[in-house]
Amino acid sequence: MLRLVFIKPTKGKVMRKLIFKDIQDLIIGSLGIVAFLSFFVGGVVSIQTALNIESPLIPKSLVGFATRQSVILEFAPTFMSIILAGKVGSFITSSIGTMRVTEQIDALEVMGINSVNYLVFPKIISMLLLPIVINFSMFLGILGGYAATIYGGLSSSADFIEGIQLDFRPYHVVYAFIKTLVFAMVLATIPSYHGYYMKGGALEVGKAATVAFVWTSVVIIVLNYFITQLLLA
Amino acid sequence: MITLNNITKSFDGTEVLKGISMAFEPGKTNLIIGQSGSGKTVLLKCLLGLHQIDSGKMHFNDQAFGEMDEEGRRTLRREMGMVFQGSALFDSMTVLENVMFPMQMLTDKNQAEIKSVAEAVIERVNLENANNKLPAELSGGMQKRVAIARAVVMKPKYLFCDEPNSGLDPKTAIVIDNLIREITQENNITTVINSHDMNSVMEIGDTILFLKDGVKAWEGSKDLIFNTDNEAVNDFVYSSNLMKKIKQVHT
Ligand SMILES: Nc1ncnc2c1ncn2[C@@H]1O[C@H](COP(=O)(O)OP(=O)(O)OP(=O)(O)O)[C@@H](O)[C@H]1O
Ligand SMILES: [Mg+2]
Repeated sequence: MLRLVFIKPTKGKVMRKLIFKDIQDLIIGSLGIVAFLSFFVGGVVSIQTALNIESPLIPKSLVGFATRQSVILEFAPTFMSIILAGKVGSFITSSIGTMRVTEQIDALEVMGINSVNYLVFPKIISMLLLPIVINFSMFLGILGGYAATIYGGLSSSADFIEGIQLDFRPYHVVYAFIKTLVFAMVLATIPSYHGYYMKGGALEVGKAATVAFVWTSVVIIVLNYFITQLLLA
Repeated sequence: MITLNNITKSFDGTEVLKGISMAFEPGKTNLIIGQSGSGKTVLLKCLLGLHQIDSGKMHFNDQAFGEMDEEGRRTLRREMGMVFQGSALFDSMTVLENVMFPMQMLTDKNQAEIKSVAEAVIERVNLENANNKLPAELSGGMQKRVAIARAVVMKPKYLFCDEPNSGLDPKTAIVIDNLIREITQENNITTVINSHDMNSVMEIGDTILFLKDGVKAWEGSKDLIFNTDNEAVNDFVYSSNLMKKIKQVHT
């Protein structure tokens, strides 16, 4: 299937329209839930860290430091990608799957259109913008941590800001973005595959979306392990 | 003109088409009839190239399908239109966009030209005032009209329809049948229609291929089908009580 994505492409003008539509559906449509989750989970991370610091020897800036590390390294790139496997992934599987069961894909093929390219290529291109979403998630996660820290009186603003600047390694951000790009490809292709090759009727569309979600998240988790091993260990 | 010579097709060792030979003529509505599961859809999909045939020969006018390269087949595809059983309209597009779509994808015409051609075809299928509606907002009969408009907008030489009037009431079904026949005659298209509806047979059965379990059990036309002594055909034709009654009254 991957070969078919790139050969015999759709006309440029049409493809551009399709890409804009997918950016709207997949990327912009996800910003709301990403913002909401990031802000609150960032807040919870900092509360948990603060509550677990008992020894007076540990500096208060650890709250900011721990929030930054967990948000940038795992929460934003990995956890958000899994959330999006549910949101974006099931949208992709069910929209392509519906086209399969209602013979719309056959209709494209009969017209002499490469349906794989028409349907999957714009999704892959729009998912290349996932790092922007993840960047947004990182920012809001840390902001949420900051808000929870100040609001709960867990440490001072100066301590938190000192924490998030402490021992900052740009390479960690690079690592997070590399992961994100890999996950983006997984998010675009696995759900597309399950939608494109599904058989049956409307009921099976729902099942295909579930199966696609399970596979997408499993693949993301496993790849996360290997990428981390490769880039950080 | 489409000629088939001894076409066979199997799925996982089960033979679904067992040596079909037939000629479908231009300007005529050629019907493939037979019971559910007899292989009508499979035969149609073989003609469209959506299924690969196992053996036999298919000719489209003088071109042998088997001897064409990828490019030749693609060109041939562009001379084909298809009306799917469930209409298969793109449900995120309006009626007008659906009909404009093949031209946008496959021609270099400018937008204004495409729009005016599409509007003319939509008018031809008697669907004014629906241009900006989505498929979900249309009745089954209207969806079929859009599907027909989309299938003929590229001026195909060959038109295939898979049960174009299934799910429609008898009156609408006849309107759709006749619309297909008129368009076929106006443009001298070679039209092949799958059906298991006796009304369609009587209305538009210029040429009829009767399939039974993947075999061509009979070939003829609507004038001959009521007078044949082919048992399988009679069994099919007089399967409904209505047809049995009519026969009784006649004899
Ligand atoms: N893709 C496929 N794989 C395996 N078997 C198939 C496939 N498509 C059709 N068949 C089998 O081929 C036979 C003929 O099916 P087909 O869909 O052509 O019937 P039909 O005459 O169109 O029936 P209906 O009137 O119900 O549409 C059936 O036994 C079906 O199970
Ligand atoms: Mg069928």
